[in-house]
Amino acid sequence: MNWAEYSKYVGDIFGAPLAIEATLAFFLESVFIGVWVFGWGKVSDRVHAWSITIVAFATNLSALWILLANGWMQNPVGAALVDVVGNPLITRRAEMTEFAAVVGNPYGWIKFFHTLFSGYVLAAFFVTGVAAWHLLKKNEIDFFKRSFNLAALFGLGAGIVVLATGDFHGVEIAKVQPSKLAALEAVWETQRGAGLSLIVVPDSANERNSIELLTIPKLTSLLSYHDPNAEVKGLKDIPRELRPPVGITFYSFRLMVMLGMLMVLLSLIAVWVSKRDRLVSNPFFLKTMVASIALPYIVVQLGWTVAEVGRQPWIVYGLLKTSDAVSRSISTAQVATSFVAFTVVYALLGIVDVYLLAKYAKQGPVVPVKEV
Amino acid sequence: MGMLKALQIIWFVLWAVLWAVYFMLDGFVLGTGMLQPFLAKTENERLATVQSVGPVWNGNEVWLITAGGATFAAFPTTYALMFSYLYTALLLLLFSLIIRGVSLEFRGKVAAHGWKKIWDTAFAVSSFLIALLLGVAFGNIFEGLPMDASGYHGNLLTLLNPYGLISGVLFVALFTVHGAIYAGVKTSGEISARALNMAGKAWLLLMAVAVVFLAHTALATHLFDNYVAAPQLSVIPLAAVAALVLIKLFLIRHQALKAFAASCIAIVMVTFTGVAGLFPNMIPSSIDTAYSMTIYNSSSSRLTLTIMTVVALIFVPVVIAYKIWVYRLFSEKISPETLSGKEAY
Repeated sequence: MNWAEYSKYVGDIFGAPLAIEATLAFFLESVFIGVWVFGWGKVSDRVHAWSITIVAFATNLSALWILLANGWMQNPVGAALVDVVGNPLITRRAEMTEFAAVVGNPYGWIKFFHTLFSGYVLAAFFVTGVAAWHLLKKNEIDFFKRSFNLAALFGLGAGIVVLATGDFHGVEIAKVQPSKLAALEAVWETQRGAGLSLIVVPDSANERNSIELLTIPKLTSLLSYHDPNAEVKGLKDIPRELRPPVGITFYSFRLMVMLGMLMVLLSLIAVWVSKRDRLVSNPFFLKTMVASIALPYIVVQLGWTVAEVGRQPWIVYGLLKTSDAVSRSISTAQVATSFVAFTVVYALLGIVDVYLLAKYAKQGPVVPVKEV
Repeated sequence: MGMLKALQIIWFVLWAVLWAVYFMLDGFVLGTGMLQPFLAKTENERLATVQSVGPVWNGNEVWLITAGGATFAAFPTTYALMFSYLYTALLLLLFSLIIRGVSLEFRGKVAAHGWKKIWDTAFAVSSFLIALLLGVAFGNIFEGLPMDASGYHGNLLTLLNPYGLISGVLFVALFTVHGAIYAGVKTSGEISARALNMAGKAWLLLMAVAVVFLAHTALATHLFDNYVAAPQLSVIPLAAVAALVLIKLFLIRHQALKAFAASCIAIVMVTFTGVAGLFPNMIPSSIDTAYSMTIYNSSSSRLTLTIMTVVALIFVPVVIAYKIWVYRLFSEKISPETLSGKEAY
């Protein structure tokens, strides 16, 4: 809607994964959620369990196609720019040259695993948080101990995968998006063996970091290229108009990494406390876990901010600028109005949603009615 | 005929099929939604109407998403310009779809009467708006949008022209009849009889609207040009008219299921009637035909169309197979008397 020029310019490549997602995944998900919700007592337990398994599989498959589409915006492979002759509606666009390259895009696959497993961490923290709340209230202690234990293990495993894929992701960014890497790490001068400072305050106006403390030598090079002496391109070697907003990208990235590590630490403690069966005697930790439900929600937003703001000023990296991608027929007032409308509608729905989630989470386990 | 041209035509047909199936499937959900306030008198009857669409509405709506996705993949220029030119109308449609979805999901989650009333009202109003806006959008596509070298020269009010509005009313009437018959088939007892009775009355209104629509189409659009050029195409509108008449005949003979089948065919054929008249345009320009969006000037490349064709040929039959399984699974009639209030929704 807001991105007509974008859709015209890259639709030949970008449309396909979305249409494939709808056909392969979305149908599966939407049809079998109906079987799950309305199928109690109608289908055998086995079929019923399969229906929710299919829904889960389909949502993961959805994520794959969506993130392959986004991966293409980050690393536009398998495409060529083509002049369109004799067409009054379009003069130039990107066309697909190799579907296998779009589907096999390493950037897309890394993003998929990184994003998917952050989703798993979010789910794990939700379940441990709810279980912790009930354990604090001493409701159904056995049931919630088991929920907590299972979710904590799951969260720890998923969290480790998120860290590992995050590392691969960094390497991939270094390879294909030097301007994003430079902004993530706030590196201004091109240098070999770039260090990593624990405390940094970037100053975009003066093209430097006003504070750089506790520097660990060569760490940025090591993390980004798996080579302590690798050269990291500095922002000063990227024209000003092609740099992403350094502040937002840098702080979002830092905070994401810090909170991500904190969550892995919490998961580790959770597994340990749970294994030693000390949950109920540890109300402070349980309260921490209840509060931590919010953590992954914040972190995934930060991660997405890094991915999208860090790509600026490009909407498709190196191919199309965001400013050239917007609809020409739409006024600023229309965009502003729709933005406000979306914000209001989603805020209201969000409030209802949180209310309902809390209501049902507090209700605890209910044995479903079999016979309707 | 070149390979690219063949693919463009295949995708135009698939595009029409996706819309037709969407209208056929979501049409009865929207119709049931619009009618719920008039149809259901008690909480159990309201619950029965919601339950009748509960297991399937979500899967039905995905046909719309797939129609949108297929437009993007196969005709990206049309997708790009259509969504920006019809901006406000499609935003309203989108919000209505969001509200319709959550109204079904939320209504049963809190027991309070007031809560249910809010979401039932939301269900009815959003269903009506979706039907109306889809009709207005398609009416405007049929008559063409004011677009030329400098872009689009219209706004929401331009869309609400007489022909756009009559198309909107046509969609509302079609879906009302369709939804009423569906509710009649899917429920039992008093509410079923009431629904079928309403379907009969709404049918009269539908026929009146259809006549006005056809006359106005002759005046406001070029849809009939294709039928003059290729008279054999007239079999499509004739099938539409026959199906519309059969609806009433089956209703009179109390054959509700057959009436529903006729109503399904009618919706598909009405859609095809419009789209066949449009060919090879996707959206014609009403002021400069050089700037009409056609399947030739707005399609994807040969490679993309080929890939999409392979995907569609393999997976659409699979989708249809499991959808049929689900419809059979939830085929029994819902009786308001036996509902316990503990159901999902």
